[in-house]
Amino acid sequence: MASFLQALKSQVGRKILTGVTGVGLIIFIIFHLATNLQVFGDVHAFNEAAYALESMGWLLYILEAGLAVAFLLHAYVGISIWWRRRKARPRGYEKYQSKGGPSHVTWASKSMIFTGIVLLVFLIIHLDTFKFADPGTVILPGGGEARDLKALMLATFQQPIYAFGYTAVMILLGFHLGHGFWSAFTSLTMKHNRYSALIYAAGIVFALLMAVGFLFIPLYIYFGGGCEAALIQCQ
Amino acid sequence: MADTFTIHLKIWRQDGPDKPGKLVDYTLDNVNEHMSFLEMLDVLNEQIVAEGREEPVEFDYDCREGICGSCNLMINGRAHGPKAMTCTCQLHMRNYSDGDTIVIEPFRAKGFPVIKDLIVDRSAFDRIIEAGGYVSVKTGSAPDANSIPVDKSVADTAFDYATCIGCGACVAACPNSSASLFTGAKLAHLNRLPQGEPERKRRTVAMVEQMDKEGFGDCSNYAECEAVCPKGISISAIAEMRRNYVKAALAGDEV
Repeated sequence: MASFLQALKSQVGRKILTGVTGVGLIIFIIFHLATNLQVFGDVHAFNEAAYALESMGWLLYILEAGLAVAFLLHAYVGISIWWRRRKARPRGYEKYQSKGGPSHVTWASKSMIFTGIVLLVFLIIHLDTFKFADPGTVILPGGGEARDLKALMLATFQQPIYAFGYTAVMILLGFHLGHGFWSAFTSLTMKHNRYSALIYAAGIVFALLMAVGFLFIPLYIYFGGGCEAALIQCQ
Repeated sequence: MADTFTIHLKIWRQDGPDKPGKLVDYTLDNVNEHMSFLEMLDVLNEQIVAEGREEPVEFDYDCREGICGSCNLMINGRAHGPKAMTCTCQLHMRNYSDGDTIVIEPFRAKGFPVIKDLIVDRSAFDRIIEAGGYVSVKTGSAPDANSIPVDKSVADTAFDYATCIGCGACVAACPNSSASLFTGAKLAHLNRLPQGEPERKRRTVAMVEQMDKEGFGDCSNYAECEAVCPKGISISAIAEMRRNYVKAALAGDEV
């Protein structure tokens, strides 16, 4: 076991860790987006989904702990890779350009450290705005007193700073996923000449779906005027 | 005079390993479109020697036919220049036109320290090979190779990876200065053949560890290495290296 932990510290091990935690975070954001989209469901759908999560008790704590570990490891390894990269070429080129062809050197792949750090800072603000906020409660039709996250969401995104700030960060999330999805497959050794282009294209489509899915909600609430918006039902 | 033209060069000049370096401007008239890139530099050096003001530009080469892996120039920011699957020595001046400016720099990485001008020390690659890029026992001479059945597809794939000439373009072009494509190609070549298979785990761990020790960066799956590789080696070699490394680490005993 000691040798396995030692192996995780090597170049290959670090990349495997990035890939495994990255896949975990990808699964998380898929569920997160699916939950967010409940805001377009009936009056209580969104709060009921959140209430169901919070009613999981200890299971939720385990999932949250796992998520926190995945986030922190992913960020730690990413920053250490960036740090080693600076040391691996002490003097940069006077002129550098990609050769194209099979290369995936793009703004997305070169900016993983930037988009990653923005997402990390965003995460802290995001938790403060929603998870640790006290939005008041609402009685659900099926019984139970839930946090009124829907009201908080509608109020938050009617402020331009939140509506446009979230939109900007979600665009960066799209870029991060644009390289990350494909990179995770390759890091986890799933790289085959025949399917490589397909996986890369699937990554771009996935990144677009996630970014557009997430940023649609704040923009719709802002421009639609919260409860006035056609797709949102309020009491 | 249709086939001769003028080229402006900005060449990295550096007197020694720890000396400061800088780009120096040169202008070369009468460049012939049939010259190789290295022949163009030969002509420049003749001009420099004739003028007698400074020492000629030092650059690496040996075979000049694209198979030895000695030539190694960063040409306008791309390893081995603009053409795919081409060594610097196989790049011809017909790819340039009158009045073009070409920036020439050495391959840059901590693992490839500059010796002089455009020559870098690539012995880090030798040490990665020494760590495990061989078969420990005598497996016979050429005729014996035919006595061990090897599937055609396996032999072909091993040969594709064996075409690596160790030029170092993968390191030079990698935004992270990673040596993963070189190491991965050597591993993918040796690990899949029956002669190399018994040492697969030990070899993979040893070569990955040596690559780490030499100060090369992490692979972030940019695939720029595949784009600049004069032999077009696929980064599938890197994925395979990771797979074998994880298997070796999980097995434990041989790490």
